Amino acid sequence: MTDRRRHHDMGGLEGGPVETSQHAHEPWEKRVDAIKALLSDDKRQLLTTDELRRSIENLGADAYERYNYYERWISAVTNILLEKKVLSVDELGVKMAEIEARQGNRAL
Amino acid sequence: MTARFDIGAPVHVRAAYPPGHVRTPYYCRGKNGVVVRMCGEFRNPEELAYGVYDGAVSPMYRVRFFQTDLWDDYDGSPEDLVEIEIFEHWLEPVG
Repeated sequence: MTDRRRHHDMGGLEGGPVETSQHAHEPWEKRVDAIKALLSDDKRQLLTTDELRRSIENLGADAYERYNYYERWISAVTNILLEKKVLSVDELGVKMAEIEARQGNRAL
Repeated sequence: MTARFDIGAPVHVRAAYPPGHVRTPYYCRGKNGVVVRMCGEFRNPEELAYGVYDGAVSPMYRVRFFQTDLWDDYDGSPEDLVEIEIFEHWLEPVG
């Protein structure tokens, strides 16, 4: 049995103060935005906004709280690309290891 | 596709709690409001969310609720309103 109210559907609940300060986006965040735009364009049509939302909602309450905005996006997009067989788990694992080695364990 | 509800029609939001991607907020389900605007016809986000890109379009309405009808402990003005855009399949006639 699951809860009737899903975690993200939090209208009316106490949410704490709203962070209103401005901040510049990191280069990787801009890249995530670009990936989403390209996957959604007329040529590819691999992703709708609703699919992205569904995938973000399915990250679960814990991830939903811990990840920032674009961390949620890239996690959700990754899961959709795996579902759609655009990427394979192994392909992703190999590439991630390659990039980590190249970066010398610096934060990506 | 013809719209089932006219502007001014009292409507009841279905008290349904399916899994999946749903755009009807939890807090208005099971509540009554009034249609105040036709928003047009759109594909169903509940289907789009699972890759159904060619489903039927259906009407979406702007529905107005009294805050006091939505929240048991609402302590603001009894005239306070909220308007929510809701797809037709979530609405039932009242009365």
